[in-house]
Amino acid sequence: MNTTSILLSGAAAAAMAAALAGGLVLAVPERPAGDAAAVPPAETVRIAPGTLLFPEPGAFLRDGRPVAQPRRSLRLAAPLEIMRHQVSVGAYRRCVAAGACSPADLPRDAAPDLPVTGVSHIDAEAYAAWYSRQTGRTWRLPSAAEWAHAAGTRFVGDLWDGAGDADNPASAWLARYRAEGTTGAPAAPPQPRGRFGANEKGVVDLAGNVWEWTSTCYRRVTLVGEAETRATLENCGVRIAEGRHRAYMSRFIRDGKSGGCAVGTPPEHLGFRLVREPGPLARFALLWGRLTGAQAEEPAV
Amino acid sequence: MVTRREAMMSAGLAALVAALPAMPASAQQAAEIAALPREKVKLVPPPFVHAHDQVARGGPKVVEFTMTIQEKPMVIDDIGTTVHAMTYDGSVPGPLMVVHEGDYVELTLVNPASNELPHNIDFHAATGALGGGELTLINPGEQVTLRFKATRSGTFVYHCAPGGPMIPWHVVSGMSGAIMILPRDGLKDETGKPVRYDRVYYVGENDFYVPRDADGNFKSYASLGESYADTMEVMRGLVPTHVVFNGAVGALTGDNALKSAVGETVLIVHSQANRDSRPHLIGGHGDHVWEEGKFANPPAKDLETWFIRGGSAGAALYTFLQPGIYAYVNHNLIEAVELGATAHFVVDGEWNEDLMSQVEAPRPIATN
Ligand SMILES: [Cu+2]
Repeated sequence: MNTTSILLSGAAAAAMAAALAGGLVLAVPERPAGDAAAVPPAETVRIAPGTLLFPEPGAFLRDGRPVAQPRRSLRLAAPLEIMRHQVSVGAYRRCVAAGACSPADLPRDAAPDLPVTGVSHIDAEAYAAWYSRQTGRTWRLPSAAEWAHAAGTRFVGDLWDGAGDADNPASAWLARYRAEGTTGAPAAPPQPRGRFGANEKGVVDLAGNVWEWTSTCYRRVTLVGEAETRATLENCGVRIAEGRHRAYMSRFIRDGKSGGCAVGTPPEHLGFRLVREPGPLARFALLWGRLTGAQAEEPAV
Repeated sequence: MVTRREAMMSAGLAALVAALPAMPASAQQAAEIAALPREKVKLVPPPFVHAHDQVARGGPKVVEFTMTIQEKPMVIDDIGTTVHAMTYDGSVPGPLMVVHEGDYVELTLVNPASNELPHNIDFHAATGALGGGELTLINPGEQVTLRFKATRSGTFVYHCAPGGPMIPWHVVSGMSGAIMILPRDGLKDETGKPVRYDRVYYVGENDFYVPRDADGNFKSYASLGESYADTMEVMRGLVPTHVVFNGAVGALTGDNALKSAVGETVLIVHSQANRDSRPHLIGGHGDHVWEEGKFANPPAKDLETWFIRGGSAGAALYTFLQPGIYAYVNHNLIEAVELGATAHFVVDGEWNEDLMSQVEAPRPIATN
């Protein structure tokens, strides 16, 4: 199998590939030695560079009071290759069978084409490392900003931005509780691929009932003045999962329900999808663009 | 007969009853009760409680309740585990009844023909006949009416007790509830001073024992009868799979959280028909707690956690002093967090800086 056609799924990339001819593909081996044929390549979507208004994850303090998360305008300068679908039960099982991943907390009879759930951030990273070895390309979890960029109109973020009445700390807790309030109805099980449809960028099942791990760590940020930082304390033991709302989860947690706080609505299911770092071909294409005077691209954040 | 009954309903009743010749004692009692005013009360599903007076108005009366037994599938957790519940009036727990000491409770119990099993009711508040269980066993398609005198004030459990292994099975399948018998002059603190509540909530705790399949997933069954043998086996291990308030994990959280406000006094009635519990209000207290639930005993003061013996109901009175989200839990925290025994109070109001303040917000540890 050859991943080239999938890598170059965007129209611009296809044009570039035509211009570059086949010699380069032959010159750059896409796979290491070994039986990689057993791993079907994941279908990816190429998200064009763009700008998004991104509510920064984490807790923000000013003058010792919780304040609303800053919303920053972010430019993602490089194209983003992201899996069209969440990693499936069947794909994850291959990693388990290879001895590179721990079994997910799933019923043994879970259908292979369901999104894998019951996986921790640690499990997701182990899968990314194994999958990178299998494909000879670098796969990793998206950052929260990359996820938001790919999610487009499906992006939700925190249901409560952290703002509250300065004189009444309880007002913030009450606001968040009401924002995340639930009817107590049972969570639906993970749904077959495609149940929640594609967004405007062609990425499928975003913000359905499977939350997706990102690489972004929890931060507590002290702001001074209008937008100045600050002291930042990063806790990478807690990572951000995005989905129907943003969740801050201990990275070893597999069951979303058990990882939330004492109150507030936790994720229903935890899964993930990966992004692929630009390969030699794409890096060459970027360079080519610069050399030929086409629009220069900045590296992704 | 008709004329005598009519006569007894009129004024001058006591004298008339006394004057009736050669009336057997039981008939005389019946006549006296028949002469009492009657009140029909419509029960409401927990955690809510039907409207009632905290201080009785007038003398004793006969308070009529009706409960229809419903056997029905109920979802008891957030992964959709479904059990064939047995319920008084459709809810787990059954509704809280409120009367005053000296009143007569007159319950009509209905077992619709669509049910599979015979049921009855054992009131811990009642005297004799296994709490009424002996007099109330009814098959599907039958109904029965029981009257008992509320001679002792307090909160008391009622539950189904149809004999043998059916008793624990029916109870852990949801067939329990509580009755609150208030002193005629209302609740009093340890010094005898009256205390009142602005709201009352009834939290019924239930332990479920759901069998699992070979893969460890909870099983569901086509009917009550088919679930019996497997369920009994799990019950005999004494380790519940679910310990929940109001019939399901999360039944009293989120949009269904209990509501209150700073300055409000709330009475929380807590029952557990089968198993010990230890309610605790995280961030609050029990100002006055009738741990055993019996109002003739002075309430304990300022409790952090109180004990509800399996097979009893207790009552805790608390005035909220601070706004926020409070978790009301069974303080076996494994049962609270892992098995479901958590409710939330959403309390609005002004923050009291004197009671608590974050003197300095979290910041990186000072290095000098
Ligand atoms: Cu019964």
